[in-house]
Amino acid sequence: MGTTASQLSKESLSEYQELTFLTKQEILLAYKRFTELLDKSEKGDLNVRIPMNKINSLPELKSNPFKDRICRVFSTSEHKDGSLTFEDFLDLLSAFSDSATLEIKSHYAFRIFDFDDDGTLDRSDLEKLVNCLTGETEETKLSPDEMRQLISNILEESDIDKDGTVNLSEFQHVISRSPDFVR
Amino acid sequence: TNPLLDELPSYQSLLYRRKSSAGGSRQRSSSRARLEKAQELSSWEQWRQSSRKHLKRLRDYGQERLSSLKLWRGDIHLIEGMFGTGILSYFSFLRFLVTLNFIIFLLMFSFIMLPIIIAPHLSGNITYNQSGECTVYSSGVRQGLVNYHKYITDLLSGEGFLEQTYLFYGYYKVDKIHFPHITYNLALAYLLVTIGYLFLSLIWIVKRSATGFKHNLIQDEDRFQSFCNKIFAGWDFCITGDNAVKLKKKSLLCELKTDLEEEKIKQKIADRTRGEKCRLYFIRLILNLFAVGVLAACFYCIYLATSFSQKAQMSNKKVSFIVDLINEYLPSIVITFANFITPVLFSFIINFEDYSPAFEIRFTLMRCVFMRLTSIGVLLFSLWSRITKCKEETCACGYNYEQYSCWETHVGQEMYKLTIFDFIVIVSVTIFVEFPRKLIITHNKSAMSKWLGQQEFSIPQNVLEIVYGQTICWIGTFYCPLLPAICTIKYFFIFYVKKVSLIKNCRPATRPFRASSSNFFFLGVLLIGLALACVPVIVSIAQINSSRACGPFVNYTTSWEVVPTVVSQLPSGIRTLLWSLSSEAFAISFFVLTWFVFHLAMFYVIALAGAHKRVINELREKLEMVGLLRLYNDNLVFLFVFFFKTVELL
Repeated sequence: MGTTASQLSKESLSEYQELTFLTKQEILLAYKRFTELLDKSEKGDLNVRIPMNKINSLPELKSNPFKDRICRVFSTSEHKDGSLTFEDFLDLLSAFSDSATLEIKSHYAFRIFDFDDDGTLDRSDLEKLVNCLTGETEETKLSPDEMRQLISNILEESDIDKDGTVNLSEFQHVISRSPDFVR
Repeated sequence: TNPLLDELPSYQSLLYRRKSSAGGSRQRSSSRARLEKAQELSSWEQWRQSSRKHLKRLRDYGQERLSSLKLWRGDIHLIEGMFGTGILSYFSFLRFLVTLNFIIFLLMFSFIMLPIIIAPHLSGNITYNQSGECTVYSSGVRQGLVNYHKYITDLLSGEGFLEQTYLFYGYYKVDKIHFPHITYNLALAYLLVTIGYLFLSLIWIVKRSATGFKHNLIQDEDRFQSFCNKIFAGWDFCITGDNAVKLKKKSLLCELKTDLEEEKIKQKIADRTRGEKCRLYFIRLILNLFAVGVLAACFYCIYLATSFSQKAQMSNKKVSFIVDLINEYLPSIVITFANFITPVLFSFIINFEDYSPAFEIRFTLMRCVFMRLTSIGVLLFSLWSRITKCKEETCACGYNYEQYSCWETHVGQEMYKLTIFDFIVIVSVTIFVEFPRKLIITHNKSAMSKWLGQQEFSIPQNVLEIVYGQTICWIGTFYCPLLPAICTIKYFFIFYVKKVSLIKNCRPATRPFRASSSNFFFLGVLLIGLALACVPVIVSIAQINSSRACGPFVNYTTSWEVVPTVVSQLPSGIRTLLWSLSSEAFAISFFVLTWFVFHLAMFYVIALAGAHKRVINELREKLEMVGLLRLYNDNLVFLFVFFFKTVELL
């Protein structure tokens, strides 16, 4: 694939530009950051998978409460261990970029929030989501009463067919009305 | 894998790329597939596709270049990463004001100052006819030996050597400039540029607030989808620091707890008895009267201060350097003082009025906005009452000539002083209050420092500060054409001052401002400021007699009179058209028609919205029924199968 060991070829660069929402500058920057994470021996081979803990050492992801979920969602490895190739990494950046459509962002957001990967957001998913947002320790958690009230409120607002879970279309409907989401 | 992926059509390209990347021959297969696809398309389609691709790339490149030119891009990114998007919106608002002021300055410069400057070089002939009385302009040019003190006083108060410069209205002793081929009517240009910059500001602000307004209009209920908004869209993915993350989590927790409490409070409000309600309304009435009283007292103080300051300036008695300066700046000092204590007072009394927390914040903010912007109005009103009142019944020259030979310059000087003082106050508060506070907190762990707490960047108060400054700029540009340039420089420095203070002294607020609604709030307050700024400008142009001793409007009664005079010199066809447009009959019928059409459109939109709501409710019920039916169906099928199986067994 690559001609020189330290650069992306022009064809792959333009192909990535076409297939993702990133600009040329952003792809080159992503390449630089990705290769910094590789060991010396692996440099130049873009099919290498970087394990999840290395990806999570990036400063942008380090403090993000969803870093594990993000890696798992974008990973294409058969072992489901959250490791990313360069193309997975580009996928990640593309979904979070400014020019990605609302549809794509909400699709990925749904998958990130779906902690048990069953295709819907049920009460346990929502509970885990709220705990991620507020913190894990005892003093930063909501009380069980408050949690119950909060989740009932969320389901009331977003569950249209009243089946007790939020599926993808309901999620996308809620997100499209949400003014804070696109940023 | 997840079946949801296949449902998304826009994802097919990424999906199929992922499938072939597993084999490792991604490039070959994708280019092969593209070649096959290309052979299916005609040459026209191929050309269209390739041109679309090139156009997209060109557009991306152009946008990248343009965004790298934006002012302060790196600084704002840094602030976004450290403090989130709420505070970011304050700084991008500041950047917007810098750009706006710069454009206004360019307008004033190119249409008013540039012709005067280039007139001698292009052999232009400047005409300026003064006739009648009241034409002697006693400017404050100093003669003889001048103390260096005077230069500083002059710089700070706009008198002395600054008075006879391009800075103030009085210097523009130009009526028309006769170039070789055209005549440039500077008086008309001056008036039109004033109206133009007000209009330009209005359009630019409305355009900028278009998206925010749409979102706020969609939300029909007060707290529509607020929970979903906070949970699903609450995490700010731009935050990178560890501390910031902890604070963001804490703030989200606070927000959620507050929202849940608000629900409980709403329930409590609904459960109030009649006796409690009466008592509450009585308390609210008293406190509102108290707030109105406080406002009235402040306004009266400002009126007194302005009158005292004017009298002191007119008396020409020089006491000492400091006392003179205080006399000059007395209105500004009183206004700033009032603006410091009224927010504290208002947030104190709102605790007793027992509103819901969200309404409390909004109401206090509205009171503060009213206080800030009306104080300028009171200052101007007291100035004008002095300008238009003379010793006799009616003024000989239409205004108070003895004391204000060039009253526009005087008003310009007051606006100039307000701007300078505002800038000094902002910088000194940052240096002398926020930095020591940070030092006390870090080095002294006593109870007092805990009580003081670390500085929070209060977005509403900061926004009010800069909107106040911008309102002064809009009012004062007519009297002080270089004021937009001064404001540009002022906001430029304020950006850096606030940025340094933010990074060094502040921690993010525990009750954060949402990014989406903050933009709407900022631009809404700015629009109120603009509306308030238009009133004095219009009144002074149309009502108050322009001074005969200085400025471009010496030959006209009021500044507005330029327009009828020019119109009467136009060819008769255009003149009759313009007269008919401005005649009463046409104006009234036009307004009635637009009012009618507007209300019709509004009723139509409301009816449509109601119909849509009904349809949505019906569909929602249908969905519920389908869900239940599915359950029911499943159960029914199960029952049938069970029944038949038992029959079989039997």
